[in-house]
Amino acid sequence: MSNETATLPVEAKARSGAFGEFWHYFSMNHGAVLGLIVFVLLVLVAIFAPLIAPHLPNEQYRDALLTPPMWHEGGKSTFILGTDAVGRDMLSRLIYGARYSLFIGLVVVVFSLTSGIILGVLAGYFRGWVDTLIMRVMDIILAFPSLLLALVLVAILGPGLFNAMLAIAVVLQPHFARLTRAAVMAEKNREYVISAKVAGAGHLRLMAVTILPNCLAPLIVQATLSFSNAILEAAALGFLGMGAQPPTPEWGTMLAAAREFILRAPWVVTYPGLAILITVLAINLIGDGLRDAFDPKLKRS
Amino acid sequence: MLRYILNKLALIVPTIFGISLAAFAFVRLLPGDPILAMAGERGVSPERYQELLERFGYNRPIWLQYFDYIGNVLQGDFGISIATKRPVIGEFLALFPATLELATVAMIIAVVIGIPAGIFAAVKRGSWFDQLTMGAALTGYSMPIFWWGLLLIIFFSGYLGWTPVSGRIGLQYFFPPVTGFMLIDSLLSGKSGAFSSAVSHLILPSIVLATIPLAVIARQTRSAMLEVLGEDYVRTARAKGLTPRRVIGMHAFRNALIPVVTTIGLQVGTLMAGAILTETIFSWPGIGKWMIDSIGKRDYVVVQSGLLLIALIVMAVNLIVDLLYAVINPRIRVQ
Repeated sequence: MSNETATLPVEAKARSGAFGEFWHYFSMNHGAVLGLIVFVLLVLVAIFAPLIAPHLPNEQYRDALLTPPMWHEGGKSTFILGTDAVGRDMLSRLIYGARYSLFIGLVVVVFSLTSGIILGVLAGYFRGWVDTLIMRVMDIILAFPSLLLALVLVAILGPGLFNAMLAIAVVLQPHFARLTRAAVMAEKNREYVISAKVAGAGHLRLMAVTILPNCLAPLIVQATLSFSNAILEAAALGFLGMGAQPPTPEWGTMLAAAREFILRAPWVVTYPGLAILITVLAINLIGDGLRDAFDPKLKRS
Repeated sequence: MLRYILNKLALIVPTIFGISLAAFAFVRLLPGDPILAMAGERGVSPERYQELLERFGYNRPIWLQYFDYIGNVLQGDFGISIATKRPVIGEFLALFPATLELATVAMIIAVVIGIPAGIFAAVKRGSWFDQLTMGAALTGYSMPIFWWGLLLIIFFSGYLGWTPVSGRIGLQYFFPPVTGFMLIDSLLSGKSGAFSSAVSHLILPSIVLATIPLAVIARQTRSAMLEVLGEDYVRTARAKGLTPRRVIGMHAFRNALIPVVTTIGLQVGTLMAGAILTETIFSWPGIGKWMIDSIGKRDYVVVQSGLLLIALIVMAVNLIVDLLYAVINPRIRVQ
């Protein structure tokens, strides 16, 4: 008992030290810090959407169809970024759209990370036929172009936001499974694992408590990349009519509805896409920063 | 080398088997009834339904249906499209050149710009060129390409009126396909203006499709170059007084090429996924649009065989890349 209480503060200090070191390297990358700031702002916008948005996302102003942004000729100050073809405020829809995109990214990453880690750990830990079976199935998933496979899966499950997220998670999980498997195989025969085994740890404890925490760095980087990928793919599915269904203010779905007006009212096309680009770019900047901060090779130089 | 190739092939066989099984299973899971889809809105009498069920083998046990399918595919029979009543393989072969042309031009753009940009960024690490290129590359990598395509249409077709919005060539030019590549066929046709019409139709879609591969190749080339520029043999080459051009071109780039070739190979899947969006936006009559339309029309036969054919193409290209990899990296051959 006394032993345990004595080691606790030391461990806590080591943790904050590791985080401090991580932050030191992360914050050296200005792009990553910028990405993080934009991302935090987006999260705030998503959370406080009802307070920030000037209008309701689905309220139609019949007397103000396709109003241009306020700084254009014919724009109105009540509709800062203009209105769409049925008179809904673009800015409000974009603000509410942030909720969908961030939610999609989060759910897809949680799904694909969880299933990918479980499959990867099983494959890397047990090897043999378990490994062969799991990794061949992952190879098959990877052999199909990701968007095409997601489209077919959504066609099977039925169009809609939840099914689109599920399909994207299935398409993205092989990356997590491969990374986890490689990391587990590298760690499995290290001395600390063997000593834990000798001390009597069971399979489950060895996999989840001993090995997995030491494989996290590449998984965190991959999770960031998958977050932005999920947003892009969900927007693409929405654009093709297979993702979130109208009148949901999802950015890709908004673009699909805006296509016929591209030459008459460019703003209904410009801003939803810009919102996707900014969000994805911010997350990818964070991802680059994380990769550099975790990469021991770059620290030396 | 032969053992390396055989090894690779042996690994691929179970994957191909799995792909065919997956494509088959997906299509059985699609909601709806293939016979009713075939009959269309007029519907079908119960007797006729039974007859069709037997003719297409849909009443046989599911695993027998699968083996029937594989048997037919091995003989080059990929089924008859429900929507057009034409052989799937014929439609595929008619549309594939359009996608191949688009993808080839996009890949050429990506490689020709991406590799030099990556090399210069690495050599001038930290310069404004490096920062600008890498900023542009990350933006390209983050781009929703369907939106990017719409933006280009707004600017070049709408605002400037320079390029057409859809199709492969102006409707006034009609000539039989020889190679299936519009750029070549338009030249062969000898009609004046045909070639420039084909180019103006191709330019925007190929820029859109090239965007992500270009960004990925530029980033990968830069990081591969940075890695080798720090190696001892590069320092040795510099120390013995070789010109910078020779050091970078002969010593550094040849070694950086290995991961870059792998990256280029992996972009083929990206190109196929990108082709779906690009062809939809520009009404480009290729297999990406064909697949989207077929999914929309619930044309089971086309979806199943199209999935299989596309996955086989992606795998074949990856195999070629693996072999190329062995050619440029002698160490692989020994293992």
